[in-house]
Formats: sequence, structure tokens, C-alpha cells
Amino acid sequence: MSFMQEHLPALQVVLPLVAASLCALFRVGYLSWLITLSSSILSFLVAVFLLLRVLEQGIISYEIGGWSPPFGIEYRVDLINAFVLLIVSCVSAVIVPYTQKSISARFGSTEQSWFYCMYLLVLTGLLGVTITGDAFNIFVFLEISSLASYALIAMGRDRRGLTAAYQYLIMGTIGATFIVIGIGLLWAMTGTLNLYDLASRLPEIKSSRPVLAALAFLTVGVSLKLALFPLHLWLPNAYAYGPSVASAFLAGTATKVSIYLLLRFFFTIFGGATFFTETPLPEILKILALIAMFAASIVAIFQSNIKRMLAYSSVAQIGFIILGISYATETSLTGAMTHMFNHAIMKAGLFLLLGAIMFRLGSVKIEELSGIGRKMPLTMAGFVILGLSLIGAPGTAGFISKWYLGLGALEQGEWWILVLIVSASLLTMIYIGRVVEVAYFREPTDEVVQLKEAPLEMLWPAYLLIAAAIYFGFDTSFSADLARQAAVLLVNAVY
Amino acid sequence: MSLILASINYWVTIILMIGGLYIVVAHGNMVKKLVGLGIFQTSVYLLFLSPGKILGGTAPIISEKFEVYSNPLPHVLILTAIVVGVATIALGMALVVRINEAYGTIEDDEVHEMEQE
Repeated sequence: MSFMQEHLPALQVVLPLVAASLCALFRVGYLSWLITLSSSILSFLVAVFLLLRVLEQGIISYEIGGWSPPFGIEYRVDLINAFVLLIVSCVSAVIVPYTQKSISARFGSTEQSWFYCMYLLVLTGLLGVTITGDAFNIFVFLEISSLASYALIAMGRDRRGLTAAYQYLIMGTIGATFIVIGIGLLWAMTGTLNLYDLASRLPEIKSSRPVLAALAFLTVGVSLKLALFPLHLWLPNAYAYGPSVASAFLAGTATKVSIYLLLRFFFTIFGGATFFTETPLPEILKILALIAMFAASIVAIFQSNIKRMLAYSSVAQIGFIILGISYATETSLTGAMTHMFNHAIMKAGLFLLLGAIMFRLGSVKIEELSGIGRKMPLTMAGFVILGLSLIGAPGTAGFISKWYLGLGALEQGEWWILVLIVSASLLTMIYIGRVVEVAYFREPTDEVVQLKEAPLEMLWPAYLLIAAAIYFGFDTSFSADLARQAAVLLVNAVY
Repeated sequence: MSLILASINYWVTIILMIGGLYIVVAHGNMVKKLVGLGIFQTSVYLLFLSPGKILGGTAPIISEKFEVYSNPLPHVLILTAIVVGVATIALGMALVVRINEAYGTIEDDEVHEMEQE
């Protein structure tokens, strides 16, 4: 048991990686699903154990292959990435039970296995990016997860999935290459790739030009990956035309991990809030975040495909998170990290419910959903609850994070930001309201009349997320308190 | 002039980087875009390898005859980056083949037009 405990950080990444190759070897759909399910749940348990250990005894440092850092690759778990590991593995563990029904209806046995193989590779990559303490390792894991997610998106129902995947590949690769350029410049200046070694060496040379150039390259590269306005163009199509499971998984995890990277680079490596506020970054990020919150929400209102609408809504919600980061105070970062957590739950849940509608109806066009609230009451009720949480209604998780974001702005004396947050939330209300109006207040069409409620296997994972969205609206001792502790570490660049 | 010659590899890096990125943005043909992406990625290999080479340095195998060694780390890193680059281009090409099957064209604007319908 102590042997297992010692190697937990490596297991976090190795488990899904080995499971992915097993899926590729066996190529039997149902078996692959069982492998994916068990490795996902085990990854989640590992993440829980890691978090508990970090809370108990502080930072865990793991030497890959026994080579001591900074020469070898170090896996390093502190409160910040333990929190993100938990988000990623939890979303994955909830989604996998749902996948079987949705995927087996569309693909043959072999194709299903490839789907699960790609799914697990995305999971491996995301967990790897989060846990590793080596800058180049970040790039490698980022590309593992990105390449696998391009393939996942190309498996969509529609041929537009192919072009969406291609577009994502081009933009994603440019982003990843920018990140490598940034890492290369940092390495040339300091001679180290270990993130924490970098952090100790950078303060002396932090105003030299290559280091600032590195910061710029890293910022643009990561912003492409996390779809910050105006670098978000790949996201709407990728989420709209990929398989529902892939949209749910990526919306819940991929962008969150990129946001974690941004936090890591800005705060841990470059020396906390003091350095961050000396650069022009806070103003730039704040303006881009505000544009994202409004422009993407307005575009979302005019979408007829609901998956596309939710994808634009993701761009807007990422704007909220970046707004929190731009203030770089304890409260605002608490808001940003809590919103990361809450948005992962809400968006994954919403995409899962849409997947259930897609499964029954074969379409998620808004005009074809009239009266669907009467035929699929549980699905639509869930949609309304998660929608309320997305808006930020009190009593839901979304309210908590927006509350902290608003407090963060108020602390800086910028009350007008609070007004903007509330008005952007009202825009959210409009696009969620459109769906509710069509689903509940219109007569069912002929197709809708024949519908049955979504299958139970698809409903209960979504309802787990719905329950979480309500629970974390009342009990913030887990989400917000952990986020606050992590925010303190970030602001003061403790590592 | 001497300024350019002294850091010629960085100038080449910059030219390749901007050229590659320009091809990705400017060309409508999906294969040409991937070519540009390849050039863009290759420029980064040069960026990593340049500071690793020390003039007069030899391969890092410890021996009494030599005192100056090149840094082996960038070579290892770039080997990894090349593998990632190959995988990316291969996946991109596979997607282009599938797009060609589904749409009958690999021109950006024509595909876009067909999607609008």
C-alpha cells in the first residue's frame, strides 16, 4: 500500500495511458468501454488520494525514473494542480458511464474501441499537463491530448466535424508551437526546464527582453489553446460538430487545463501578482475578457444549433474566468478558480443533456425542439437547472463564482465591472431562455410527440453533475475554500 | 552586416517562422497550409538547437582529450518535437483526405461555401 502511495503521481498518468493502448489492442467495443470506465474511476480515486495527501502533508514531489530534479523530470503536486487534477478526472469519471449508450448507437465495435482509445489519450494528456513540473513535458502532454482530441472531433456525425477538426488542428498546432517557442526562450536564458527551478532563476533576469518575449509567446500560445477571444475561432465548430461525449468532455476539461497553465506561467513561474501587475497583461486580458463575455454571449443568442450556442457560451464563460485572472488578487483568483470548477460541471452536464436529445431526436436545432419539455421532462428540467446555474442564479454553483468575481472587482473599486458582470449574465439568461421558451411553451411537433424520455444510463451521469451544481451552490467549503487556498499560493508565488 | 552574420541562425529561424505562419494564413489549399505549418514548426527546432551548439565543442561523451562539449539536451528535446510534428502533419493529411472524400475539394473557400448551404 505504501508502495502504491509513493507512486500515485506516476499512476495518475500511466493508468489512462496503459488503458488506451489496451483499447487499441483488443478492439472490442464493450470491453474497451469497461477498460475506460475502470481506468477513469481509478484515475479519479488517485486524484482524490493525491488531494488528501497534499492537504495533509503539503507538496508531493515525484522523480520520474529516479532522476532527481532539476535534471530529471519531476512530477509535482501542490494544491493548485491537485484541484485541477480532481476536476479533470471527476468530469471524465462521470462522462464514461454515459458514453456506452451514445457511442454504441453510432459506431461498430472496432470504431468504438478507437473512440475510447482517443478519449483515454486526451485524458492522459490533460492529466499529464497538469501534474508535470517540467516545461517541455507540458508541451509533449499538451500535444498528446490535442492530437487525440482532433481525432475525437473528426468522429462527429456531420462531415463538418472533419473541417472543424482540421481548423482546430491548425490553430492548436500554432498555439502549441508558440508555447514551445516561449519555453525555448526561457530555457536559453536560464538553462533549466524544471518549472520550479525556472521560478527561482527568473526573478534576476525578469525584465530582460528574451524573457518578456517568452512571456508574450506563452500568453498567446496558451490563449489559443484556451480559446480566449479573439483566438476562439476553432472552438464553436469543434464543440458543435464533434460527438456529444467529446464536446462534453473537452468543454469540461481541455480549456480548464489551459487556464491552469496560464495561471502556472503567470504566477508561479514569473513571480506572483507583483510581477504580473507590472506588465501590461492585466489591462489587455481585462479588455479581451470583457469583449469575450459580451460578444460571444450576443453571438450565442443568434445560434440555431444549441450545441453551437453552448460553445459560444463557453467562450463567454472563459471570459469571466480570465477577468478574474486579470485582477490578480486573492478574491478574484478565488473567483476564477471556482468558476473553472463550476463551469466544468455545468458545461459538461449541459452537453450531456444535449447529447441525450441528439440521441432521441437526431437533431439539436432549436426550432425542432418545440414542446420537447413535455416529452423529455427530466432531460429538460436538468437543462433548466444547469442553465440557471450558468446564468448565476442564487442557490446554484454559478452564483458563488460570479459572486467572488464581482467581489474581486469591487475590492479594486471598479464597481462598473460588477454592472458588466451582471449584464453579461443577463445575456446568458436570454439564450438559455430561448431554449426554455421553445421547449416548454410551444406545441410539440409530430417528431417530438413520438419521443421517449432519454435512457437512464444517459440521465444519471447528467443528474450527478446537476446535483453537484446545486450542492456547490450551498456548500462552498470544498470548491471555493480550496480555490482560495490555491489563490493564496498563486498570488504569492509559493512553490 | 556583421550583426546579421553573428546571429545568422536566429535570422534564419525568424524568416522560416514568419514565412511558415504566413503560408498557413494566406493559402486556401489545405495541403499547402499543412506545408506552412511544417515550416513553422521546423523553425522552432533551429531556435532550440542554436544555443545548444558551442563553437569548437564536441559530442558530450566524456574523454580526456576534450574539454568543451555541446549541450545534448536540445537534441533530445527536438527529437521529441520532431516526433510530435510528424504526428501532427500525418493527422492533418489524414483529415485532408477525409475532407476531400466528403466534400470533393480541399480548397478552404469552396468547403466553406458548401457548409453555408
